Amino acid sequence: MMMALLRRLGQTVFVLFGISALVFLVFFATPGADPTARIAGRNASPQTMEKVRQEYGFDRPLPVQYATMMKKLFITQDLASYVDRGELVVPEIARAAPVTVSLVCGAALIWVVLSIAMGTIAAAMKGTWVDRGLMMLGLIGISMPVFWLGQVANLITQSRYHDTWLFSWVPGLGYVPLTENPWGWFKALVIPWIVLAVMFIGIYSRVLRADLVALSGEDFMRTARAKGLSPTRILLRHGLRTSMVTFVSLFGLDFAQLVGGGALLTEVVFGLPGVGRLTYQALTNLDLPLIMATVMYSAVFVVLANAVVDILYLFLDPRVRDAR
Amino acid sequence: MTAEAPPPPGPWRQAMRGLARNRASMAALAVLVLITLSCVLAPLYARDIARTDPFTSNVAGSIMLDGHEVDIMQPNDNPLHLGLSPIGPTGHAAYLLGADSQGRDVAARMLYGGRNSLLISSCAAVLCLILAAAAGIAAGFFGGLVDAVLSRLMDIMWAVPVYLFAISLSIVTVSQGLKLGPFVVEADSLLIPIVIIALVYVPYAARPIRGRVLALRQAEFVTAARCLGVPRWRIVLFDILPNVTTTLVVLGPLLMALSLLAESALSFLSIGVQAPAASWGTIIQDGEGLIYTRPMVAIAPGLAIVLVVLALNILGDGLRDALDVRDAARRSS
Amino acid sequence: MPAETAPPMAAPLLDVRDLCVSFPSRGRMIPIVEHVSFTLGERDILGLVGESGSGKSVTAMALMGLIDSPGVQITGSALFRGQELVGLPQKQLRRLRGREIAMIFQDPMTAFTPVYTIGWQIDEQIRAHERLSRKQARARTVELLAEMGVPDPARTADRYPHQLSGGLRQRAMIAMALSCNPSLLIADEPTTALDVTVQAQILELIRSLRSTYGSSVLLITHDMGVVAETCDTTLVLYSGRVAETGPTDALFAHPGHPYTAALLASIPPLDGPRPHRLPAIAGAPPPPLERPAGCAFAPRCAYVHDTCLPAPPPPLVPTGYHPLTAQPDEASAHTSAAGTSPPPVQFAACVLPAEGTPLPARLTHSELSTKPNFDTPDQALPPPTSFSSGEAHQ
Repeated sequence: MMMALLRRLGQTVFVLFGISALVFLVFFATPGADPTARIAGRNASPQTMEKVRQEYGFDRPLPVQYATMMKKLFITQDLASYVDRGELVVPEIARAAPVTVSLVCGAALIWVVLSIAMGTIAAAMKGTWVDRGLMMLGLIGISMPVFWLGQVANLITQSRYHDTWLFSWVPGLGYVPLTENPWGWFKALVIPWIVLAVMFIGIYSRVLRADLVALSGEDFMRTARAKGLSPTRILLRHGLRTSMVTFVSLFGLDFAQLVGGGALLTEVVFGLPGVGRLTYQALTNLDLPLIMATVMYSAVFVVLANAVVDILYLFLDPRVRDAR
Repeated sequence: MTAEAPPPPGPWRQAMRGLARNRASMAALAVLVLITLSCVLAPLYARDIARTDPFTSNVAGSIMLDGHEVDIMQPNDNPLHLGLSPIGPTGHAAYLLGADSQGRDVAARMLYGGRNSLLISSCAAVLCLILAAAAGIAAGFFGGLVDAVLSRLMDIMWAVPVYLFAISLSIVTVSQGLKLGPFVVEADSLLIPIVIIALVYVPYAARPIRGRVLALRQAEFVTAARCLGVPRWRIVLFDILPNVTTTLVVLGPLLMALSLLAESALSFLSIGVQAPAASWGTIIQDGEGLIYTRPMVAIAPGLAIVLVVLALNILGDGLRDALDVRDAARRSS
Repeated sequence: MPAETAPPMAAPLLDVRDLCVSFPSRGRMIPIVEHVSFTLGERDILGLVGESGSGKSVTAMALMGLIDSPGVQITGSALFRGQELVGLPQKQLRRLRGREIAMIFQDPMTAFTPVYTIGWQIDEQIRAHERLSRKQARARTVELLAEMGVPDPARTADRYPHQLSGGLRQRAMIAMALSCNPSLLIADEPTTALDVTVQAQILELIRSLRSTYGSSVLLITHDMGVVAETCDTTLVLYSGRVAETGPTDALFAHPGHPYTAALLASIPPLDGPRPHRLPAIAGAPPPPLERPAGCAFAPRCAYVHDTCLPAPPPPLVPTGYHPLTAQPDEASAHTSAAGTSPPPVQFAACVLPAEGTPLPARLTHSELSTKPNFDTPDQALPPPTSFSSGEAHQ
């Protein structure tokens, strides 16, 4: 048990190290990507370049640069942006995180509820037009680029039908903090929630339906029927409960990726100042410290989520419980 | 034993027959062929039907509609007629879907953009499959250290959101191009998005392949081959690979769908296909500023993406059912 | 057979008549089970024997109303305590299932839902049919497990399926099946997935059910050995049709259908000279769509001749063998002395008995060989030689 835990911890640390090293290499060691030129400006004199180089430590060997950056990010937490001079990176992320978390949690709630409903109904009515219709809807949901859907949603709710009773409540683009105005927070996020959730509703309802249909051929489902249970009970208590094992592991990864910045396109389209948009801005400015920080933030999230999923697995699947 | 019955159709032939019976898949295939063909014929459309050059700015130009000469950039319909908006959908051969902010024919640009979008997504899918097959087979078949190293590498790649990963790579390469020894890749080369998209989806495709290979390695015919002293490369080539191909074939269209979405996202963020070349994603980006006045500029290429991705997904589903591959992954994000 | 001459037996628990099950495939109906008839009395154990694909599991599933693939056609009649099961609405079937008719499945590894404890799943069945509190249900569960010979039943009830051995799981399965005291237990290959030693224990358990629970058992198996050990009556299915039926003893001593005879011949004898090679039946059962118009076994049969081939498959006819006349030295002899000819009990779907050339008695077991052979050996056909070679026809 202790060994397994330690090994797990070791893996986590290794993955985090790998990501940071990878990101560092991509941005510092890519041929032609000299951060000095970026910071100094387009037509900087050689003297300025040299000054910048020394100031930021770009003249030192790569491992030293890497170590310095990691120290500043994790230990002293005083890593400052290269672009907005002096802007501390860690608080910047702390400001952006609640926005992303608000966005992703709401969307997750919608997609989990709707996809379970759709997947279960479709599986229960397998082969009927209801099943086919729901699954086609899901497929269409998967097929829509989220940024495009966001634009179309904006077009409808902000412009074309904004004056009708249906969408007149939709506020302008942007974020309202939950602590300031909960109702405003809710109104500002409803449309982004739905837009972000659409694709996942499609994926999850289809995965769930496929799982349930596959399960219905299993021996234990036949046993449940032979026991004289009602079809609803068989589907929910035996089928759905068993499918939850796959569902939860899928959910954990997607949720973590979104909180970690994967909701970037939605944030950009709806003008939400979340982590994804922050990362994107950092990337377009080649603001290395900020890139490093946001990517690490995202990686920590994903890795943590993996661990949480593993623990949830223990609760959901007794077979795994004994395997370790 | 003398009266030989005709041999039963092979598994592939059977699968193709099954696919041919699947009406949805056939419709999807027809849609794909149709869209691909019209994109291939883009130059003909631009030259002979729309009679415009979709790659040069035409802000000052005008076209003839029903005998009237109409400016491409038209005054806004606000009370003061301040500012100009490009012409909306005309319903005529010229500027069928209107013009973008630079006065270029959106319909013609869409066909050209489709070429790039389809080319990038299909090449990325193929490249990704090759890489994933290599990684998955190596990890699954050789196990041990190879598996450990590859799996950890995949873990690292999984831990970064796919789009963030792709965006990071794109930003670095698009701004400078790439110089790897003697190879120089220009910053506006289509190779860049192809390679990047293929790379970020490798873990997604390698995982099911590795699982399949792991199962195959335990299979009795592989054990038998080993006992017979068949060299390992022969086992990989003749015993493992043919059994993995079904998984690859099913993953193909699904990967292309994912690649198309990724390409459009990168282009939308202007780090995919570089101007003046077009792709459906860049056109959507062009349309972003016009979304409230000329929504068709953004809506039309989006619909094209939806249509193609939908068709690819349906085709992938049909292939999966026909080939009876259950474990091919089905997630994306 | 005329009902009034039936031996003094209570009204049968299960009376299946002309049961047919067909599945649609590519626009055609494929008959999987054709005109299967049998009766099962109270506290009887009936063995349903056949190769895989002979339709034995489908028969059982049809009785339980568990076949729900679209377009399936089930005709005929299955009276359970006088209640027609064929075409019974699912709602009423559900009330019977688990309470009146319970089922045990082949693979105890996969027959339990993996994410719940054994006890939870047995409780669930009890509470689905009876108004009991969780606690009462669990008490019954533990009691049942104990009666099935599960050691430490209270703790076993709290374990997950994967934590138990195959034998324990099958015991738990049987406990679950018996939890509502069903009058009919359908056991579909209950021992196939188990070790031989465990097999024997489980069979012993099933045999004891009739005395302790008063249950009748429909035992489905492909193993003639299991049948011989366990069943009162045997029904041999071949390619979806009944090949032969009769009391197990009689059927084993005196198979009336060449298929039964061949099946029995393929069991290695316990004593006597060791056969050089165990006889096998050449070829394979025909797929349902390529079933011959006449006797389905004809292509593989060593006794096949012209009368076997034309259209209606041979009907079930008495084999001409009566256990009462076969054992004149036993106490039952006086009934035959009373002058009434005893009703036939063994039937085979074969033309041989009707043609007056029944198969010779099978005299492999030493105890059987001591019994007098009342058949006329000179009438029987010579034992086939090509039967065993395995290369006769292909």
